[in-house]
Amino acid sequence: MDPKDGSAAKPAWSEEFSVYAAEDAYVQRRQFTKFLVLTSFGMVAGQAWIWMKALTAAAPAAWPEIVVARASEVAVGSVRFFTYPTPAEPCILIRRTNGEFTAFSQKCTHLSCAVYYAPARDRLECPCHEGYFSPVTGRVLQGPPPRPLPRVELQRRGDDIVAVRLVEGAEA
Amino acid sequence: MDGYEFFIDPSRCIGCRSCVAACAECDTHRGVSMIHVDYLDRANSIATTPMVCMHCVEPTCALVCPADAIKQGEDGIVRSALKPRCIACSNCVLACPFGVPTVHAGPELMMKCDMCYDRTSAGLRPMCATVCPSQALTFRPADAVARERRAVPTRDFKFGAQHVKTKVFMMAPAGRTIAVDVEDYMEKGPDGSEGWIGGEAGVV
Repeated sequence: MDPKDGSAAKPAWSEEFSVYAAEDAYVQRRQFTKFLVLTSFGMVAGQAWIWMKALTAAAPAAWPEIVVARASEVAVGSVRFFTYPTPAEPCILIRRTNGEFTAFSQKCTHLSCAVYYAPARDRLECPCHEGYFSPVTGRVLQGPPPRPLPRVELQRRGDDIVAVRLVEGAEA
Repeated sequence: MDGYEFFIDPSRCIGCRSCVAACAECDTHRGVSMIHVDYLDRANSIATTPMVCMHCVEPTCALVCPADAIKQGEDGIVRSALKPRCIACSNCVLACPFGVPTVHAGPELMMKCDMCYDRTSAGLRPMCATVCPSQALTFRPADAVARERRAVPTRDFKFGAQHVKTKVFMMAPAGRTIAVDVEDYMEKGPDGSEGWIGGEAGVV
């Protein structure tokens, strides 16, 4: 406590939590380097973990076949919602203005907002950041989404529309 | 405000409490005054002295703060407690040798004089020093004060074993350039105990 007594040992916490604003805000070169190294290591480890997870995650051996709707019940320009391949993955079936059926995952590839079909403009629109997708291929027409929408492959069996496969969109 | 220093001269204080009122006008702590006007010897004298934060070079309040809420800036000004950190434990209130900090129960916050940081950092004088009619509180260049006043500024204080150096000057009577040793102003208590300050009416 006595400033004249230079020999008085400062407690360890006084360096960590200095009462002097300048000392408190000062970052040592060694501290900064340590932070950089540890953060970089964490990033590399995280990337490796994601890579390993992608390697080990097996695609489903057989895609389920789910009857999505009856063609006669879907009006031109309207949509049906369903889940494919699991009940946790929402998809949208579109009957386009020209009568064709297409289906896509409903999760926007940007931040997973639910996309909807805009019949007047004949495109899939994400309301969150105005990402637009083609209702034919799922291709990104504008906005921030990095990849096309995953497309659900459909088969027509009589009046039934059957989802048979989910095709991941390639990188834009 | 380079070269400007704060001086407290108790012998000039007339007890008008202008400083107390002016301090409470400040926008940063409206309604709460950070200045105490103390009676030196209430039983025998009407003498008063204003007390603002002395801004110790090694601030005891900050050293004892368990929440790391009190910081001293590079300008030597010890700031009031940081709102998100202060836990209103009153450690600083008990530790401050000058009795400056006060803890406010409502906002659970220690508040103390920060030499009007909002004003002095923008080139204005502290509010109290601008209103003091007798300039018991003065914020002026040190050489101007030395030229115009007989009293001698000191900033060394001894509280028993603790030696405190401050940023703010206290004016001591001329010819007494010594460090202010609080024990010199203490008396023995009625039972002979040390550390008795002043006394109640009729006791000493």
